Formats: sequence, C-alpha cells, structure tokens
Amino acid sequence: MLNKNFYLILIISAVFGISFLIGFNVNLLPVEASINAPIYDELFKILFIIGLIIFIGMTIAVIYSLFKFRKRKDQYGDGIALEGNLSLEIVWTIIPSIIVLIIGLYSYNIYDRMGGMKELNHSHDMMTSNTEKIWAGISQASNNEVASKNLSVEVSAMQFAFLFNYPKGEFISGELHVPVDHKVSMKMESKDVIHAFWVPEFRIKQDIIPGQPTILNFTPTKVGKYPIICAELCGPYHGGMRASIIVEEESDYKDWFNKNTKTEVSL
Amino acid sequence: MTISIDSKDSNTKSLQPKGWLRYFSFSLDHKVIGIQYLVCGFLFYLIGGTLASAIRIELASPMSDFMPRDVYNQVLTLHGTIMIFLWIVPVVNGAFGNYLIPFYVGARDMAFPRLNAVAFWLIPPSGLMLVASYFVEGAAQAGWTAYPPLSITTPQSGQIIWIMSVLLLGGSSIFGGINFIATIIKLRRPGLKLMQLPMYCWAMLGTSLLVVLSTPVLAGTLILLSFDIVAHTGFFNPVLGGNVVVYQHLFWFYSHPAVYIMVLPAFGLVSEILPVHSRKPLFGYTTMVFSIMGIVVLGLVVWAHHMFTSGTPPWMRLFFTIATAFIAVPTGIKFFNWVATLWGGKISINSAMLFSCGFIINFVFGGITGVALAQVPFDIHVHDTYFVVAHFHYIVYGGTVFIIFSSIYHWFPKVTGKLMSEKLGILHFAITFIGFNLCFAPQHWLGLNGMPRRVAEYDPQFQFVNQISSVGALLMAMSTIPFLVNIFLSIKNGKDSGDNPWNALTPEWLTSSPPPVENWEGEAPLVEEPYGYGKPISQEN
Repeated sequence: MLNKNFYLILIISAVFGISFLIGFNVNLLPVEASINAPIYDELFKILFIIGLIIFIGMTIAVIYSLFKFRKRKDQYGDGIALEGNLSLEIVWTIIPSIIVLIIGLYSYNIYDRMGGMKELNHSHDMMTSNTEKIWAGISQASNNEVASKNLSVEVSAMQFAFLFNYPKGEFISGELHVPVDHKVSMKMESKDVIHAFWVPEFRIKQDIIPGQPTILNFTPTKVGKYPIICAELCGPYHGGMRASIIVEEESDYKDWFNKNTKTEVSL
Repeated sequence: MTISIDSKDSNTKSLQPKGWLRYFSFSLDHKVIGIQYLVCGFLFYLIGGTLASAIRIELASPMSDFMPRDVYNQVLTLHGTIMIFLWIVPVVNGAFGNYLIPFYVGARDMAFPRLNAVAFWLIPPSGLMLVASYFVEGAAQAGWTAYPPLSITTPQSGQIIWIMSVLLLGGSSIFGGINFIATIIKLRRPGLKLMQLPMYCWAMLGTSLLVVLSTPVLAGTLILLSFDIVAHTGFFNPVLGGNVVVYQHLFWFYSHPAVYIMVLPAFGLVSEILPVHSRKPLFGYTTMVFSIMGIVVLGLVVWAHHMFTSGTPPWMRLFFTIATAFIAVPTGIKFFNWVATLWGGKISINSAMLFSCGFIINFVFGGITGVALAQVPFDIHVHDTYFVVAHFHYIVYGGTVFIIFSSIYHWFPKVTGKLMSEKLGILHFAITFIGFNLCFAPQHWLGLNGMPRRVAEYDPQFQFVNQISSVGALLMAMSTIPFLVNIFLSIKNGKDSGDNPWNALTPEWLTSSPPPVENWEGEAPLVEEPYGYGKPISQEN
C-alpha cells in the first residue's frame, strides 16, 4: 500500500514538475511592448501552468485506465460494482471551486492593474458632452499626474482602414505614431460597421462601434513598429484591414509631429 | 386518453411504407425519425466539411488567392451555420434523442409523434434553402453571428434567406425540445422513477429546457434584424439610432446556451457508452444529474463573455467572468466521474470506447482554454482570434463530433442488427484524432501571436503553422472515407450482432435489434438499474 502511494506521489510530482518546466520555459506570446503586456503574460503563465497540470493529469489518468484496466482475452464478466464515492465527489467539487475562485480573484487583480476597473472620467481634451455615454476599454494607469503627459488621439475606423486624428496638431494620419513611455488615450468611433483595434504586442483590444464611442488607453514601452489589426469581421477586405503603430523616442515623435502639423497648416 | 392516442397512432403507422421507403416518408415512428435526423445531418456535415476544406485551402497561403474575398466570407458563414444548426444540434438532439428517449422512458413513441415528424421535415428544406442562397445573389456573409450593421449592409437576399432558414431550424429545435420534455416527464412507464433514468434522459431534459428558454430569444432577435433589413427599421441600425450592442446581448443569450445544447447531449451519450464498454456502473449518478442541472442554470447567465471587447461596464465583466469560470466546476465533476467509471473496469478497447476517450482528452483541453478565455484580461488579447477558433473546435468537434462517431459505433448494431468493422473503426479514430489535433492545436499559437479569425489573408510569418493546420484538415477530410466504407460494408455484409452484442443493461438493448415498430413485443421492461454492471442483475445476462 505504501508502495502504491509512493508511486502516486511520484507521478503527481512529475506532472507538476513537467508543467512548471514547460510553463516557465515555453514562450507562446509575442514581444512585450506595453505596460499591459508583462501583466498579461504573468496571468498567462499562471493559467498555462494550472492548465497543463490538469490536462497532463487527466490524459495520464485516461490512458493509464485504458491500459491497466483493459479487458484481457481470458477475462469475462464485469468490473467492480462501484457506484460512487461521496467523499471523492466532495473533494473534486471543492478543489476545482477553490481553484476557479482563486483564478477569478487573481484575474480581477490583473484586470485592475491593467486599469480596467477604473472609472473613466474622460478628463482629457476631447470634445465630449456630459450626456455622451462612453464605454470603456482598458484604461491603463489613468492617474492625474500622468494625465498631463497624455497623448490624445481620435481613431476613426471605416471599411477598410484606420484613420488617426491628432487634435493638438490638427492633422490626420494613416499611421499611429506615439512616443515611448507616454500614456496614449484614444477615443474610437466607427463610420460604418463594427471594427476592432488590436495590437498583439500590447495585449489590448477594443471594438470600434458605430454610434457608440469607445475609449482605449495604453502606454507603449518598447520602440518599434507593430501591426494594428482589425479583429472584427467587417466585410470582404477584413483580412487586409491593417495599419501600423510606430513607437519612437520622444524626440523622433516630436519631429514627426511638427513635420505633419506644418504641412497641414501650409495646405 | 393517452391509450387512445397511442392506438390511433399505431393504426396510422401500420399504413405507412415499409423498408427503405419509410425513411423518405412523413413517418411517425421515433426510430425512423431518429435515423432521418442522423442521415440528413451527416449529409449536411459533408457539405459543411467541404466548406471547411475550402477555408483551409485558402489559408494554406497568406494571400487571398483561392477564391474571391466575398465568397470566402460566404463560405465561413455557411460553414458555421451548417455545422451548428444542421449537423450538431439536429444530430445530438434530434437523432439520438428521438431514437433513444422513448426506449429509456419505456414508451412506444414520443409524446407528440406528428410534431416530431414536422420538426424533422422542417430541416431539409431550410437547409437546402440556406445552401441554395449562394446561387441567388450570394449567401449571407456576415458570419454565423450576423452582427449588425455588417449584416444590414451586405447583400440583402442572402442575409434574409439565412434569417428565414435559421428561424425555421430554431422552430424545429423548439418543437423537438417540447417533445422531449413532455416525453421524459409524462410518458415514463409506470414504476420508473426519475432518478432511475439513464443519464442521457437527464442531459436531454436539461438541453430541452435550454432550447425552450433561449431559442425564442434568438427568433425574436432575428425577426427584428430582418425588419431592419427589409423595412428599414432602426432596432440595430446605428444610422437610425439603433444600438448594435443590444443585438449582441440578445444573440448571445441564445447562442451561448447553444453551446450547451450542443455538448450536454454529448455528455449524456458518453455516460451511456462508457459504463457498457468498461463493464462498470456510471460513477456518481446523483452528482452527474446535479451537475447537468448546474450547467443549465449557469449556462443561461454567462452570455456576455462573448462581448468583453464590445464595451461593457466593468462590474458586468467581473460577474460574467466568475459565472463562466464556475461552469468548469460541474463540468469538471462530470469528467472526474467518467474517469472514475473507467477506473477498475474491464475495458473493451473498441471504436466506441476510443472515440469516447478521445472526447475526454479533447474536451478537457478545450475546457481549460475555456476557463482561461473567461478571464477578462486574458480574453481581451485573444478575443476574435484563432485562439477562439481553436477553443470552440476543441469543444464542438473534439467534444461533440467525437461523441457522435462514438455513438454511431455503439448503436449501429441496435439499428441494423449488424456489427461494424472494428479495424476500420480504429483506423477512422486514429486518423480523426491525429488530424483534428494537428489542425486545431497550432491555431492556439496563431491566435496568441496575432492572427485574427475570419480572414482570407494573413501575415506571411504565420504561413508554416497555417500549413500544418491545413494538413490536419486534410487528414480530417480523409478520415470520413474509412467511416463511410465501414458503414456501407457493415450494412451489406456485417456480421450478425444478435440483440445485445455489448451485454448492455439500458432498456434499448432489452428488445430485438433492430427493434419492432412499437419497440417491444410485449410490455416495456422496468429497468431500475440501467448501470447495474458487476451486480447480480448483470450476471443474469
């Protein structure tokens, strides 16, 4: 009996070991390029490890049963008439409930850290009336002290393009240029059907809805060029509806911004 | 009064055509209707599968080069609609429900045989209408979710035909649901208690409750959508002051429970198959019943997890996260119980068993990604990507379709009196299992790394992984060959199975195979222990 328990403990530790090994060493996600991304990846890692433990455990249990309890050629009759076990049922009701509850609270915490639970006061300089109802996406770190550094962009989406309006510079661009480590605050609205703004490297997504502005805030942390992808089926050219977000040093951004502002004025 | 109706029906039945012709008639026999559902569903599965292959061919290269872009959107819309409304829902509910439920409750037919026949005969015309809409002005191309305003602005005739077809199929589903509830509650043989019913009855009771509660909401929503298209009303049209997000709430109020309408019957079927082939009672009958009902209740209050990126208030996101994640608890209980059913049995490794075990492994995987997707911050990144595509194919294909095949292998001797070839069956399982996992496992990575769903073109860096996925799809398509060969060979030359080849204890096996028109020559037997394996009742056989 001791022998049997020993093997059981050995197998369980092996499952845990393998799951942690894979969970910490296999990276399935793209580059982390915003404040959100490392927080997201932390959640992903935890869910990945828990998922692996359950999946590997269940798979071993099924395959082991098929092998160990397979009917041999000389065997007839039935297995044991075991109809249930109340304490086992209680165990596998309570343990998953606790796991699910902990995951739920933890992801709530993650979501809060991403700024998802904050009230969006929408204090930046966009044209908004008090009656307008804004539905929020993530509002990463919407603290007032950062708000002065906010870059506000108005995004309009249409079949099959994104346009980025920089209200301060009074110009419209087809590429989204943002300075690194600055909070960007976007108000998005669609001209026709539902679209979605997705930057995989930032781990953010928000639908862009006609007749209903949505807000999305993020802070890029890594200089580079990343794709903006429309994630909501919007028509035949949905797959081609892409734009780029260019995260650059503040000085480069200012050069680009001034260049565009001037040309716009000269027109 | 019940008796008089019964006798009237049996008179009508004796006038109906015999032999293969009865499968093309307005038959009132629940067994004929069950087979009609199954064969009709399988034909639509072949159409839906062909469309899926077309999608995978298009996605084998990053450019949109296999078919025009608008045709691609029609293909993906038809693929989703056909697979859900014409294959999985009719087969796991209509086919197996009609065939098995009257046996399980000890009745000679369903409660309303005419309604039953009407429910079936709504399906072929609406399905054909849906497929034919391609030749009118192009089929619907707004996805099976038909989100406005896209569904309002795309070519109208296809979308209207799509709405009419889904309304008829929804009607068929409601008729079926009412019939199952009435049969299970009212037509039980005297002396048979609810807690003695085989688990599939409980699964169908739960499923039918979901059908009756949520399908009318979809019907109402689609009628409003059709007004927006035809009469230019403004329910969901933002140009006229409508709200597009309201449509999503109404749509998912049906379409999330629809997932349980597709998987709960499969949970019931696997609970019938595992005890028979592992020669052990179903583990934890009572908790299985409660977990089905728990899934039904929770399943009705989780719909907004499809809308985490649509713009929903934070408190709502939190509620739907917790509610969704908690579905894992009753579902998990069922899986632990199935593994416990295998444990200590004398397991026959045959096609039915392998498909059921494949189901357990695939579904556990899909369930785990499901719990992850329920978490708002997780979902925001992967929503509307191939991660979601992979997740729900693990649930509906790796889960339900595996169980449909398992059930066909299990009940084929019941229907025909012939045995199927185990060699071809195991080959079928091997190709399906490998092909399925090759097709869908890599798609998780695609979604995480930036490939959205419903696209005809994608970033070239994803080409290799997409090609692996396409090879998997090819294997899945090929796996139907051994299956079809097996079916036809076994019908023609299969070995005689006898009445009860598996020595099963559930009531459908306690009559001849194939069964007589009225199910039993004499009185229906009273089966108090449908899972009494290892007990004296089983040794008697």
